[in-house]
Amino acid sequence: MKRRKFLRSSLGAGVAAGAMMSFGRYENLFGGRPLPSGADYDLVAVMGGEPAAMFDLGIQAMGGMGTFVSKGQKVLVKPNIGWDVVPDKGANTNPALVKRVIEHCLRAGAKEVYVFDNTCDNWVKCYKNSGIEQAVKDAGAKMVPGGSESYYQEVTIPNGKQLTKTKVHELVLSSDVFINVPILKHHSSARMTGALKNMMGVVWDRSYWHRNNLNQCIADYALFAKKPALNIMDAYNVMMRNGPRGVSVGDLSNMKSLMISTDWVAIDAAGARMMGKEPSSIEHIALAAAMGAGNMDLSSMNIHRLKM
Amino acid sequence: MRSSVLKHIRTVFSVLVLLIFVYLFIDFRGTLGEKAFGPILYLQFAPSLLKFVIAGVAASTGFIVIIILTLITGRTYCSFLCPLGILQDVFSRLGGMIKRRFRRYGYKKPYTWLRYFILVLTAGILILGGVYVLTILDPYSIFGRFMTYFAQPVVLLVNNILATILGKFDIYALYRVDIVAYELAAYIIPVAFLVLVGLLAFRHGRLYCNTVCPVGTLLGLLSKLSVFRIRFEEEKCTRCGRCAMACKSSCIDFLNKHIDVSRCVNCFNCLDSCSENAMSYGPVRLSRSTKKELTDPSRRNFITGSILLLTGASQLARAQTDPPVPTKESTVREDRLYPVSPPGSVSIESYISRCTACSLCVIACPTRVLQPSVSEYGFASIMQPRMDFHSGFCNYNCNRCTDVCPTGAIMPLMIEAKKLTQLGKAVFIKENCIVHTEKTACGACSEHCPTKACHMVPYEGNLLIPEVKDDICIGCGACEYACPTKPYKAIFVDGNPVHEAALKPEAEELEAAPDDFLF
Repeated sequence: MKRRKFLRSSLGAGVAAGAMMSFGRYENLFGGRPLPSGADYDLVAVMGGEPAAMFDLGIQAMGGMGTFVSKGQKVLVKPNIGWDVVPDKGANTNPALVKRVIEHCLRAGAKEVYVFDNTCDNWVKCYKNSGIEQAVKDAGAKMVPGGSESYYQEVTIPNGKQLTKTKVHELVLSSDVFINVPILKHHSSARMTGALKNMMGVVWDRSYWHRNNLNQCIADYALFAKKPALNIMDAYNVMMRNGPRGVSVGDLSNMKSLMISTDWVAIDAAGARMMGKEPSSIEHIALAAAMGAGNMDLSSMNIHRLKM
Repeated sequence: MRSSVLKHIRTVFSVLVLLIFVYLFIDFRGTLGEKAFGPILYLQFAPSLLKFVIAGVAASTGFIVIIILTLITGRTYCSFLCPLGILQDVFSRLGGMIKRRFRRYGYKKPYTWLRYFILVLTAGILILGGVYVLTILDPYSIFGRFMTYFAQPVVLLVNNILATILGKFDIYALYRVDIVAYELAAYIIPVAFLVLVGLLAFRHGRLYCNTVCPVGTLLGLLSKLSVFRIRFEEEKCTRCGRCAMACKSSCIDFLNKHIDVSRCVNCFNCLDSCSENAMSYGPVRLSRSTKKELTDPSRRNFITGSILLLTGASQLARAQTDPPVPTKESTVREDRLYPVSPPGSVSIESYISRCTACSLCVIACPTRVLQPSVSEYGFASIMQPRMDFHSGFCNYNCNRCTDVCPTGAIMPLMIEAKKLTQLGKAVFIKENCIVHTEKTACGACSEHCPTKACHMVPYEGNLLIPEVKDDICIGCGACEYACPTKPYKAIFVDGNPVHEAALKPEAEELEAAPDDFLF
């Protein structure tokens, strides 16, 4: 219940900060509606809009970005930028969404927002062709390289079963707030990639995970002390097969959805359902839930569903 | 023309050329557009000749331009356009800074027999179907290897230091790049040549160009017919000998007022040195016959000895060992029948007969999958780049290497064609696979596969295991690179000796997207 306590305690500050925010052309959207009373939703799901607009609506339902980001904080936004493909291919987080998330962080008073990923394809090409580098620059955040081992520092995960130590990017450790922005996709071996699996992009040696029980390692990492304050799942174009890279746009299902949650197991469970899978059938989700990293029982959650 | 103007023009021009070529080879960030490479490399003699004659690219006429230039002006190429020549001038200058007498040359006799022997050997082997000697001796390629093997790591080191400092101030305009060495044996020839070329240039000016370099010797032969030459104005000359002292090629016999035009590289230092204006550069006056030159056996022995030393040293290359073996290891060795040659190389046979190992593609490759070979193509092809899927994999959406090759060893390949060019085929070794040996999920190979030729099929329990569809595999090596098993991979790419066409992956229609939340 720590999470809810945290949410409640920061709600006051969040509302205050939120009231001071000016959202340009989105002002009407915010001004027209009262702030939701139950801002402690376990999960907010939005469907039917463009990624940025869905996020505007969704984060408002979560109590505004001010609930999670305070003035003067250093924020790390971690999208999935794994592949050297254009945004239409749905293999990387939607750049418009990343841009919008950063804008909300800066409006909430973040001192600096950083973005990086330890990509699978050549990182320079991934940053560029995913459209994320440009989006980050346009939004006023910093794109940070992740392609050299020297950016990574060793940390321990005392409760991990397989993964007890790993090297994570220095920004994960030095940032005040960590925001996880995965894209929902099919994955050839983990079966699905979402919030938990997205953490393979903050560590240096992924092949260790593959060599030593992949699903257990993914679940183990969820026990690492530095957890995301917020998970934002891009489910606009969902890759239903040939993941995580995708072969063609024919692999995509245009779901036009977005989920937001502070619980990464919950958001992955919701993602699994959207792909027509039971959360318990995705081994790393089941393992992470069993180890207490979050809740995968969607029926027990307070879910706010919004349609645009 | 007299005076020092020509020399100053030469200095400025050659420094610019050198800077361009240095940048070409240290551009690890790939800032040069793909259209920049053709014009810059057009006039490089040996690559252009190879591309025209062996690769049959009719537009590769740079060597003809150089031949015409030489017939008119002499060996202008060697001082104005050859990056290795210009680099040697830099070495000579450094030598002169250390000891003044290193910059006092004086007339010396040429190693006529040796230089023509090397030229004939290079040309002979080339005609008989092997680029091997030219690979080792082409001055542009030697320069390229100096940059790739020695300058690049220094540049990366400086870059990394600056990137670290800037990073402290939250500036990420520069990024750090891990410095990784090539296979040790690949360094033998570049190191030997750095020592040979460096020492000779340090103390003896252009002795290397006039003794070893086959391009220099060939252009020297042609320049014997050149229209424009350095000339003495006999009535003004006081026989002071300054010109001979200043001549990096040691080709001015001032006592006999004779200049060995086959060794003169048109540096114009002599014009600058002559206080009497007794030397000029202009159309030849056919009056005197050239004198027969004598050879100096002791010097000849020295040079021959150096060459033998080099060939002897390269024998060491054959004693390389395999990478270290970790504790928990895979058991079945990857049984690779053929190495994998880069996209656009069409076949291993044509590739190794055209590549002079200038290593520009090694620098240009953003994923570092192109690595100098040792024995993979055979020892004669040492240093010619191969696809090394333990260092990286070929980026699906990239054809950079096909844009940069100056010799036609890697021919241009449009990106859509490249995506369907099969360099080799992935081979799965189940006995090494994590899924089989550990009974845990992995699938790193399939994850990286851009065509899903490597896909996952049901295995024991809830597990999935890789399977390869040959016909849509393009041999990019992403699977091999990503495979986490050690020391042997559970999936590897066996090269196609002749590249083949891969089929386009096909797919069925998906169901329509849900119109409501499924939770």
